[in-house]
Amino acid sequence: MSQLFHEAIIISILASTLRIMTPLLFSSMGELVIQRSGIWNMGVEGTMLTGAFAAYLVATLSGSLWLAVIAAVLAGILMGAIIAFMTAVLRVDHFIAGLGLNLLAGGFTLYWFQSYIRGRAQPTFSGFEDVDIPLLSDIPFIGPILFSQRALTYLALLAVPAIWFLLYRSRHGLELRCLGENPKALDVKGLSVTARQFAAVTFGSAMTGLGGGFLMLGFSDRFLADFTAGRGWIVVVALIAGNWKPKGVFIAVAAFALLEALATHLQVLGAKVPHQLLLSLPYIASIGLLMGLRLRPGQPARLGVPYTRE
Amino acid sequence: MTTALRVEGLTKRFAGMIANDDVNFDLLPGEIHCLFGENGAGKSTLSSCIFGFYRPDRGQIFVSGEPVHVGSPIDAIRHGIGMVHQHFVLVPEFTVLENIIVGTQRSGIGLKAADARKKLSRICESYGIVVDLDAYVWQLPVGRQQWVEILKALYLDARILILDEPTAVLTPGESRILFNIIGEMCARGLSIILITHKLAEVMQSNRVTVLRKGRVVATLKTSETSPDELVRLMVGRDVSFSVAKPALAPGEEVLAVEGLTARGHWGETVLNNISFSVARHEILGIAGVAGNGQKELFEVLCGVRKPDAGAIRLRGEDVAGLTPRALMDRGVGHIPDDRFREGLVPEFSIAENLVLGWQRSPKYRTGLMMDRRAIADLARDMIAQYQIAARDETVAAGKLSGGNAQKVIIAREFLHASGLILANQPTRGLDVGVIEYVQRQLLKKRGEGFAIVLASEELSDLFSLADRIAVMFKGEIMGIVDPRTTTIAEVGVLMAGGREGGRS
Repeated sequence: MSQLFHEAIIISILASTLRIMTPLLFSSMGELVIQRSGIWNMGVEGTMLTGAFAAYLVATLSGSLWLAVIAAVLAGILMGAIIAFMTAVLRVDHFIAGLGLNLLAGGFTLYWFQSYIRGRAQPTFSGFEDVDIPLLSDIPFIGPILFSQRALTYLALLAVPAIWFLLYRSRHGLELRCLGENPKALDVKGLSVTARQFAAVTFGSAMTGLGGGFLMLGFSDRFLADFTAGRGWIVVVALIAGNWKPKGVFIAVAAFALLEALATHLQVLGAKVPHQLLLSLPYIASIGLLMGLRLRPGQPARLGVPYTRE
Repeated sequence: MTTALRVEGLTKRFAGMIANDDVNFDLLPGEIHCLFGENGAGKSTLSSCIFGFYRPDRGQIFVSGEPVHVGSPIDAIRHGIGMVHQHFVLVPEFTVLENIIVGTQRSGIGLKAADARKKLSRICESYGIVVDLDAYVWQLPVGRQQWVEILKALYLDARILILDEPTAVLTPGESRILFNIIGEMCARGLSIILITHKLAEVMQSNRVTVLRKGRVVATLKTSETSPDELVRLMVGRDVSFSVAKPALAPGEEVLAVEGLTARGHWGETVLNNISFSVARHEILGIAGVAGNGQKELFEVLCGVRKPDAGAIRLRGEDVAGLTPRALMDRGVGHIPDDRFREGLVPEFSIAENLVLGWQRSPKYRTGLMMDRRAIADLARDMIAQYQIAARDETVAAGKLSGGNAQKVIIAREFLHASGLILANQPTRGLDVGVIEYVQRQLLKKRGEGFAIVLASEELSDLFSLADRIAVMFKGEIMGIVDPRTTTIAEVGVLMAGGREGGRS
């Protein structure tokens, strides 16, 4: 194969890595905010799925992709409010709340989807186009990878330093991290733990919903059952692998995305490996990671422990 | 003179149980006022109501003579009330500064750390408190963490400070420094509510209010009362303080530990070259501030934790690394420090807990099935013999009070052990009456010829029970002393890491 062909493949792999990262970044940064507040939200998958479906519904009904993005965010907020009500207000076990929500999201989106398309061909839409950044996108090699992406990809990359700033440089972040480490330390200063956890879960779920929305609007033209296909769980693993730090989570997400990009390209290049096996690479890697990461020094001390005063 | 704080007719119920019954209490400016009482007497409930953590069902709180509503800690803070909780409310992963300022800034997005730093260095300087504001709390020894808690209150301009069992985790030396600072605060007009069950600390206060079963029994000037009178008021009857320990010559050696070393989860050394021995008719006391390796030592001795080096000889046989099962079969009884987690299965009945670990014994089964009748008969015997306050043997152990739960554990271990008893903090958190009972039981076993290893954070416990006292600090034994020829202060020096005979 020629040099030129090689370069084109590498550019394509890296460019699609960034695109695959986009929804995972939104969702994982949102989930990072949630988990740092002490709520172990297992409902990422369901929230992403609901965001994706909301985006599909609005995109096909209105034809506006940006209205679809807003719908995905609103769907995320709604799901977040349900999880927050169960975990922060009612203090239900976090795992059970999340699992219940995932089951609800899976069934509900499928039901609505089927009643929506009943008796007609499935409506489709055309998703986001690449936005070339003038001048920068003309740089050889780097240009097509970094500066010829969807608009939301740029936003997702900006979300990482923004969340870092929120967590480590703002007073809200200090309070947020305090919730995850020892919520009583806020309670004794007269601040409501419940209200802050509620806010954190809804905010984080809005980002998760946005991630689901981009998965729909940036990759597809139609909804399918189980559309998110476990990406929400990849986000949960990325948090553990990234040791609950923005940079670490970013690297974990990038690694997963690179694996997925490689898998799809090897398929195109005709590698003699069954493509289902290739597509399961990120999931195999995540199981390996979980087995290796038993110590978890960065895990918030009260993650998953419902707070009561006694 | 206006009172700094006054509580009138405060009543608080929890699910029908009355925790505070028509409590009247007042605090004068610049005084130390002790709240004294047994567990469950309502000291913590009262202070939590004053701090706005609980909402009283009835009653009125006055600050500087004005009636105030304290619906949440934020109201308390606004009225200048601060609280240092018994279990520190700190974030180990935060720096000292972050722990103090979190939740105090109510506007802006960025952290205004510089202003806070200035104010805090002023406070530290004026009280002579030395603490590195940028150190992480997990790096600080427990004694220093207490300063952080006090700084949290002072930073919020507290004029009334509630200290809940503040010396529970301090060495005698650290406690002395704390009381010096408390004295300094009072001199500057701060008022202190001191919750404690240690008589030595009560005697340093100006006044004391004794609570029993949620009611105020008496409020007295400390100078006009005596420890004996206070205990009588607290318990409601006479309690003999010192249990009589008969002189007994130690018999043959039962347990000998040599060069015992163990590592923790992260590979750090938790026990370093520990050597001691215990003989029949002998109680070896283990002194030390909590977290200096006592728990790990007991875990190794009862087989839960594997030692990395060293020998443990039980009646001459090397038993290092044997399983708990094998050690139980060799007659080792273990009273762990965490009653409801390690000593009992809270969901199981008293009867089931009494045979726990011995359920395979032919005494308690018929073939493959448990012999429920034999177990129930045994349990009824034990409940009578150990005066366990419970309706019957089917009550879940988790429903028992700490004292009765401890009696279940003691009954089980004493029933099955032969020769060696390992007792880790057997009296921690118990009421005076039960403490006395547990002490008598240990001395009874000593009389029967058992060898006993007894760890306690209460030095008075060890001084009245132990024949020798080994002092632990950071996983090492700093010295083994004879309580008859040693003072509490000398043991305190060893507890803080000093060596016997002044070597460092």
